[in-house]
Amino acid sequence: MPSIEVNDLWVRYGDREAVRGVSLAVEPGRILCVLGRNGAGKTSTIEAIEGYRRIAKGTVRVLGLDPARHHREVVKKIGVMLQVGGIYPRMNPRQALDLYAGFYDDPVPVDELLKLAELGSAQETPYRFLSGGEKQRLALALALVGRPDVLFLDEPTAGVDAAGKQQIRNAVAEMARAGVAVLLTTHELNEAERLADSIAVIDEGRIIAEGTPTELRERFGKQTVVFRTASAIDVVSFSQRLGLKVTDLGDNSYRLGEEAPASIVGTITSLLAEQSIDLVEMNAGRGSLEDVFLEITNGEA
Amino acid sequence: MAAHPYQAQAKAEIRLSMTQYESLLVTFGIPLLFLVAFSLIKVLPLPHGVLKPVAFLVPGTIALAVMATGMVSLGIATGVERSYGVLKRLGTTPLSRGALLGAKITSIAVIELVQVVLLAVVGLALGWKPTGNALAFVGAIVLSSAAFAGIGLILAGRLKSEAVIGAANGLFLVLLVLGGMIFPVTSLPGPIADVARLLPAYASAHILFVASTGGAGSLTGSWIVLLVWAIIAPLLATRLFRFE
Repeated sequence: MPSIEVNDLWVRYGDREAVRGVSLAVEPGRILCVLGRNGAGKTSTIEAIEGYRRIAKGTVRVLGLDPARHHREVVKKIGVMLQVGGIYPRMNPRQALDLYAGFYDDPVPVDELLKLAELGSAQETPYRFLSGGEKQRLALALALVGRPDVLFLDEPTAGVDAAGKQQIRNAVAEMARAGVAVLLTTHELNEAERLADSIAVIDEGRIIAEGTPTELRERFGKQTVVFRTASAIDVVSFSQRLGLKVTDLGDNSYRLGEEAPASIVGTITSLLAEQSIDLVEMNAGRGSLEDVFLEITNGEA
Repeated sequence: MAAHPYQAQAKAEIRLSMTQYESLLVTFGIPLLFLVAFSLIKVLPLPHGVLKPVAFLVPGTIALAVMATGMVSLGIATGVERSYGVLKRLGTTPLSRGALLGAKITSIAVIELVQVVLLAVVGLALGWKPTGNALAFVGAIVLSSAAFAGIGLILAGRLKSEAVIGAANGLFLVLLVLGGMIFPVTSLPGPIADVARLLPAYASAHILFVASTGGAGSLTGSWIVLLVWAIIAPLLATRLFRFE
């Protein structure tokens, strides 16, 4: 049985339809990443599944329970990380974790969580004085304190530096390995690519594509070739010789137009040799998840 | 280990209230300052027949302290919690709304108990001699707490946190002047005094004064006013409160 099961979910704010017929499922131990632009409906979807938003239509089940009707049972088994804040500004990490530990029958020991979130040295610092990364790691630790079976993470690495992002991603991956179902939203395409078992791309309240990162790249990613040379090439003549549009990316880097065949690699090296231009590097293959996302949504994440 | 969400939250609420120093200035500092200063320096008018300012000021400053705790301190703290998403986050834990409300009530009750004891002790040291009805005194404090907490939560549940700070402090000053807590409402112009008698601040201070002095005069009007505020304000708060 999926830990999270959503069928034809609709959420309305007055006349505005924020979520329009979303269906998804997350099995135990799996990570589903909901990807979308600002205002696409990600947070409304996740909050409706948490039981926090009133749903206009559809069904939501978390661990087999309706989160709105069985709120008291569901909140004992879920961990939630909000997009921002949610913690008393004057509380320090130890106090916040102590408080939340008091809400659950079998909480994770506070010292263990402080260690996991690498907040040992900041445990006495009021929340308002913590760095962006420390705030997010504390929010994650609070989501884990009740030993949840399901984790909801709304943009967990927003505003966090590279090292902090990695710590959070490692912790999330560890939870999934322990059997926790994870539903996370993010703007960060490489985060989705690294963490997610499956991805649902949401736009204007609807899921417009879903699958594993590889499946999405296979389905929507176009074959591209990107290469860099030691000196500049004549883009116009190169395009004519190849029969494909060559785009100058700057810094002697170039990209071939859509659906470049794999055989083009040999032609490029021959042309460069002919013109005595050294090839520095070349990558050929399906586009990145970012390319896929832009292709699907015609916009930016 | 069984969870005790209410206990955990109540403990946190009390600790937060007792360490919010700017709030303590309003909840403890101002009532104490008014009690001591105006008991020793006789610059304000007194109700007819009252000889010692402390007899009027102890119940008045207790009403003031209850108003500061319920309306200003609770209102501002809850407004900040709302704007920081604290209430929303708590809503996703096993802490129920009832337990959260219970924890806030417990925190207010503890602070008010300390306030009443402190003001009473200081009042006794200044020569206060209470002779009235203790039951009515306690009853008025309970109803006043409900009324002012309701007003504080209405502000907290509807306004942005910056606006809550301004509104709660502004209302505090208005009710301080109109409440008959530091000087009698009979000193105010007639129509303003009539309006003041419909406010919870006056009703609270009036009942506490009469209950602590055994003074004459009907309290029916003040009990009705206070009871209505104690019912309407919390009810409105529950209807109007928005968690985000």
